[in-house]
Amino acid sequence: MSDFFTQAILVATVASGIRLAVPLLLASLGETFGQRSGVLNLGVDGIMLLGAFGGYYAVLETGSVWLGLLMGIGVGIILGLVSAVISVTLKAEQGISGIGVYLFGLGMSDLLFQKLVGTPRPVSSFPKLDIPGLSDIPILGDMLFRHSIIVYVAFGLVPVSMYIINRTTFGMNIRAVGENPEAADSLGVSVVRTRYLTVTIGGTLAGVAGAALAIDLGIFQQNLTNAQGFIAIALVYFGAWRPAGVMGGALLYGFVNSLVLQFKTLGIIPRSWSDIAAMAPAIITILALVLVARRFRQPAALTKPFSRGA
Amino acid sequence: MRRRHITWLALFAALMLVLAACGDSTDDTTADTDAPQSTEAPTETTAAAEPFKIAIIAPSASNDLAFTQSIVDAVDVIKGEMGNVEVAVTDGTFIVDDAAAAIRGYADDGFDLVIAHGSQYGGSLQEIAPEFPDVSFAWGTAADTFGLANVFSYEAASDEGGYVMGAMAAALSESGVIGIVGPIEVGDAKLYVDGFAAGAAGATVNINYTGSFSDVALASEAGQAHAAAGADIMTGTAQMVVGAIGVADEQGILWFGTQANQASLAPDIVVASQVYHWEVILRDIISNIESGTLGGEIYSINLANGGEVIEFNDGYALPADVMQIAEDTIAGIIDGSISTGG
Repeated sequence: MSDFFTQAILVATVASGIRLAVPLLLASLGETFGQRSGVLNLGVDGIMLLGAFGGYYAVLETGSVWLGLLMGIGVGIILGLVSAVISVTLKAEQGISGIGVYLFGLGMSDLLFQKLVGTPRPVSSFPKLDIPGLSDIPILGDMLFRHSIIVYVAFGLVPVSMYIINRTTFGMNIRAVGENPEAADSLGVSVVRTRYLTVTIGGTLAGVAGAALAIDLGIFQQNLTNAQGFIAIALVYFGAWRPAGVMGGALLYGFVNSLVLQFKTLGIIPRSWSDIAAMAPAIITILALVLVARRFRQPAALTKPFSRGA
Repeated sequence: MRRRHITWLALFAALMLVLAACGDSTDDTTADTDAPQSTEAPTETTAAAEPFKIAIIAPSASNDLAFTQSIVDAVDVIKGEMGNVEVAVTDGTFIVDDAAAAIRGYADDGFDLVIAHGSQYGGSLQEIAPEFPDVSFAWGTAADTFGLANVFSYEAASDEGGYVMGAMAAALSESGVIGIVGPIEVGDAKLYVDGFAAGAAGATVNINYTGSFSDVALASEAGQAHAAAGADIMTGTAQMVVGAIGVADEQGILWFGTQANQASLAPDIVVASQVYHWEVILRDIISNIESGTLGGEIYSINLANGGEVIEFNDGYALPADVMQIAEDTIAGIIDGSISTGG
C-alpha cells in the first residue's frame, strides 16, 4: 500500500481519472440538455461510435486532429438531427428508437472502419497543453494542468452549460419544455424547436466525445466506446440533470476506475479479486445513483412526446 | 392511430434504406481496399469439383492484429495451398447468441468445416454440433471436444512464446520493472501472461487484468499505470491492447506482442511478437475430414510444431546477447530442458 503514496503514482492516478472522465463528461453534458427538455436519447453510444470513427478517419487522412474534432462535431450534428426527427417529429417511443440509433452506430462505424481502413493504424493525438503558471505548482500542476486540450474543453463546458441552462432565455425554455410543454407552448415557446436544438446539442457533444476518445487514444477499433454512452446516460440521472452533478458523476466513475487499475498494477488488489474489482466502478456509480437521484425529481415531461392539443 | 402507423412505416422505410445503403457500400468499396472481407466469395468454383467450404465465426474484427486475425490469416494460407476452397467469415460476434446463429447457419448451409474461434462459444457448439453429424466443427482455444465425434478442439501453448519474450524482456529492462496488460484471467490470455511472467523471473512483473477484452481506454490507462510504476517494458494480450501499445509508443517503452505481429502499430518500440500459425493444425484437421474423421481430437500449436513463431521486428535493433537468450530459450523449450511452468 505504501507504494501507492508516492508522488508519481498519486499524480498518475488522478490524471488517469480525469482522462477517463472526459468522454463521459462530454456525452453526459449533451444528454443533460436533451433530458432537461424532456427527450431521452438512448442512442448516445451509437453517435459516439460514429463520431469516434469519423474523427479517427479524418485524422488518419489529413493528419489534423482539429479536422478530426470537426468531423466528430459534424457527425454528431447529423445524428442529433436524425434523433430529433425520430423522437420529436415522428414521436417514436424514446426507449426503443434510441436503441435503434445505437445499433446503427455500432454496426455502421465497424463497417466503415473495415471498408475504409482495415487493419488498425495509429494516428496523432491531441497536443498536450501545460497551463502557464498553474502547471508548475508542485503535484497539483502535474495532476490537473498538464493534459491534452480536449480535457480543458470538456471541463470548460460545465460552467458554460450551467450558464445556458440556468441564466439564459433558451435555458428557461428548455426547463419549461421539459417540465410542462403544454404550458410552455401556450406561452409561445416552440416545443419542437427547443427539443430539436437540445437533442442536436446532445448529438453534437456525443460526436465530440467519441472523436475525443478515438483521437486521444490515437486508434479506432470495433465498439471502441465499450458502452460509455450508456454510462453517460446513467450519469445524467446521477447528476440530477445538473451539469455540475454530471461532472461529479463522471469524475467519480473515472477516479474509481483509475484507483482500481493502479491498485491492481501494484498488487494491492490480489489477482484473484481482479475480475470483481473491475466491476467496482459500475457498482459504486449505481449505488451513488440510487442514493443521490432519489433526492431529486426528473423533468416531468421526460420521455413524453408533445402533441399540441393532445 | 393512423398517424402512429405512418410513423412506424416511416421508421421501417428508413431502416430499409440504411440496410440497402450498407449492401451497396460493401460491394462498391471492396475492390479499393486491402481489408479482409467479412464474407469472401469463392475464388474458384469448377463444375468438376465442389470447393472445400470453411466458415469462421470469431469475436472481434478480422484485422484486429490479434486473436481473430490469427485464424483468418491461417485459413487464407490454407486457401492458397488448396486452391479450391470457399471461405466465409462472420467476425465481430462478441454476442454469443449471434455467434450461435452464425454457427448453425453455416452448418445448415453444408459447410465442411465450421470454426468457432472463441472459448466462449463452447456451450453453443455443444448444443449445435449433435444436430449436424455430417459437419465438422473446430473450437478453440480449448482442450475439450465434449466427447462429440464431429468436434475438434484446438489451443495455443502461448506460455511458450510468452516465456521466451519474458526472458528477453528481463534482459532488456533497465528499471527491472515489467508491466503486463491482460483482459480476463482465463484461457489463452492467462497462459501467455503466466508464461511471460515466468520467463521474466528476476524482474518485478506487475500484472493488470483490466476485466475487459474490448475496453481500449481502460487498457490505455493500465499502460499509464505501469509506466507510473516504473515499467520500461510492457506486453499484453487480446484485442484491446492497442490502447496500451499507444501509451508505450508515446513514452518510449518497449513492447512485446502476441497472437499477431504488432510491429506495424509501433515500429520503433515493438521488439518481437509471438505469432500464431493455426494453419499447422488446420492442415491435419482438413486431412482428417477428407479421410472421414470429423472430430474427436485435440490439437495444440507450439514452438516445436511451428504453430507459434517468434517474429522479431526488423525496425528494432535487438542486442546480440538478447537475441542469443531468445534462441537458447526457444531451443530449450523445444528440447524440453526448459519448463515454462504452464
